[in-house]
Amino acid sequence: MTIKTQRGTIAASIAALLLLAGCASEPATPSAAPTQQAGDVVTITDAWVKAAPEGMTAGFGVLENPTGEDVTVVSVQTPAAKAGELHETVADDSGAKVMRQIDGGFTIPADGAFKLEPGGNHLMLMDLTAPLKAGQKVTFTLTFSDKSTMSFTAPVKDYSGANENYSGGEHMDMGDGGMDEGK
Amino acid sequence: MKPVGIAAAQSGPGVATRRQLLFGGVAAGAGAALALGSERLGTHAAETQPALRGPPLHGGEIVPFHGEHQAGIGTDAQAHATVISLVLRPDTDRDALRRMMRLLTDDAARLTAGVPALADSEPELATNPANLTVTFGFGLEFVTRAGGAVPSWLAPLPAFSIDRLRPEFTGGDLMIQVAADDPLTVAHTVRMLLKDTRSFTGVAWVQQGFRYAHATVAPGTTMRNLFGQVDGSANPLPGTDEFDKIVWCDDGWLAGGTGMVVRRIEMNLDTWDELDREGREFAIGRTLDTGAPLTGKSEHDDPDFTAKGPLGFPVIDDIAHIRRARGEDPAQRIFRRGYNYDVPPSRAGEVSDAGLIFISFQADVATQYTPIQERLAKVDLLNVWTTPVGSAVFAIPPGCRKGGYVGETLLEV
Repeated sequence: MTIKTQRGTIAASIAALLLLAGCASEPATPSAAPTQQAGDVVTITDAWVKAAPEGMTAGFGVLENPTGEDVTVVSVQTPAAKAGELHETVADDSGAKVMRQIDGGFTIPADGAFKLEPGGNHLMLMDLTAPLKAGQKVTFTLTFSDKSTMSFTAPVKDYSGANENYSGGEHMDMGDGGMDEGK
Repeated sequence: MKPVGIAAAQSGPGVATRRQLLFGGVAAGAGAALALGSERLGTHAAETQPALRGPPLHGGEIVPFHGEHQAGIGTDAQAHATVISLVLRPDTDRDALRRMMRLLTDDAARLTAGVPALADSEPELATNPANLTVTFGFGLEFVTRAGGAVPSWLAPLPAFSIDRLRPEFTGGDLMIQVAADDPLTVAHTVRMLLKDTRSFTGVAWVQQGFRYAHATVAPGTTMRNLFGQVDGSANPLPGTDEFDKIVWCDDGWLAGGTGMVVRRIEMNLDTWDELDREGREFAIGRTLDTGAPLTGKSEHDDPDFTAKGPLGFPVIDDIAHIRRARGEDPAQRIFRRGYNYDVPPSRAGEVSDAGLIFISFQADVATQYTPIQERLAKVDLLNVWTTPVGSAVFAIPPGCRKGGYVGETLLEV
């Protein structure tokens, strides 16, 4: 259920062990060489994608950065969609929540995490290449500012939420490529 | 690309420090335990705060999900259970069954460990597993669509003369038994699982049952039904060779699994009330206080069916329930793990609608369970006050390892 790169798993396990051993006051970071690439150390847990018959949908999870320096995700690709975007959700002038492509990518703080969740930041899948059905798996590749990449798979789940409007001009709901899905 | 400073990044809504994530709540703590593997399971979901006063809390107690057998069978029965039966949608094919069982297994593995399911919209309801178990069973249609070998006994039970079966409590293709010592945990788990079955199935029936609350009586105490009787005294003890032999299948995709019978037995409390205490004990063949056979002193004494009273009549009547239930054939043994139900009365003039969700596990339903029920249907004093109104049979697949899923022995071949 936890999807990580192998090295990421080890890093997370070490971090968790340190915490369990009562060393929480120490930085829970393996001695990261300065030359370490983001794609080799960043992990994602609890990744999932909202099911959709066509159009757009979104992916979620928790990105973690065990290094002592910030890392930035600059793009996302997936074979499940013609285009992938990094989105944030913000309030528009009327106070309504809208989602839009984020400036500058997702920055995961040093020794910290970055949550992708319904109503917040998310991986946006534009123009699905095929219906995404519950229980399928979707492969993602994230590219970081240092040009390194990491790949992971996420299960597709039925989900009635994550219906924020898209501020790309016309208003559309995620999950069906159209207006209210009526679920 | 605009560089984003750490201060700005940390003020964003999606940003949490590692420590916040790991210490930010019970759920995160349990998540860390889960990531470490199963060695911490079986103990506690979360670091429990020492209670300043009041009884020790048991909300964090965990029954390990992964293993050779599914949990919720040999597990000491929890206080609350909901049994769900689902009907597969016409387009739910083998591939869809695989996708569904992966999702449901993931939900169950997380929730039983006190961790919210993926896409759990009420994660706070997931943090008190309270010995939660989730057990999956497959009906005939499921196994057929999966293309697996159908056990000879996986079919509706023969029609018994005493049956008054109602469709709303009968049959189904996929069974989910959710049990825990906390009803809120049961409700959330059921909700989460059913949301993930929606694309694949529709609900056939749902039955909710209860036993003694957690810590009311010692673990292992035989439950009492709403007739006041101890119910299940003849059960083999989980973990013994006897139990293993009675319950677990050892062949094919069902190796490590079992067969399950679910019967809804209406118990007529109003006519039972007309019976005096002696008559009640005569009907069952046991005393009401200790549950001892009328020929014995304590609950687990073997009944002496040859014993005669002063007038030469058998002490345990020829048609008393325990005599009829116990066959000559030692192969006819089952393991019972039922629950009481007590729902609002639906018929005019009645004050109760109560009974037993009879649940039994046995390796072979046809040779172990059916002969007992046939005998009871023919003659059993208890039939005067009880009526079966629901019936279903399921094959319970074995458990799975971490990373696997329940049903893989059927769906991955």
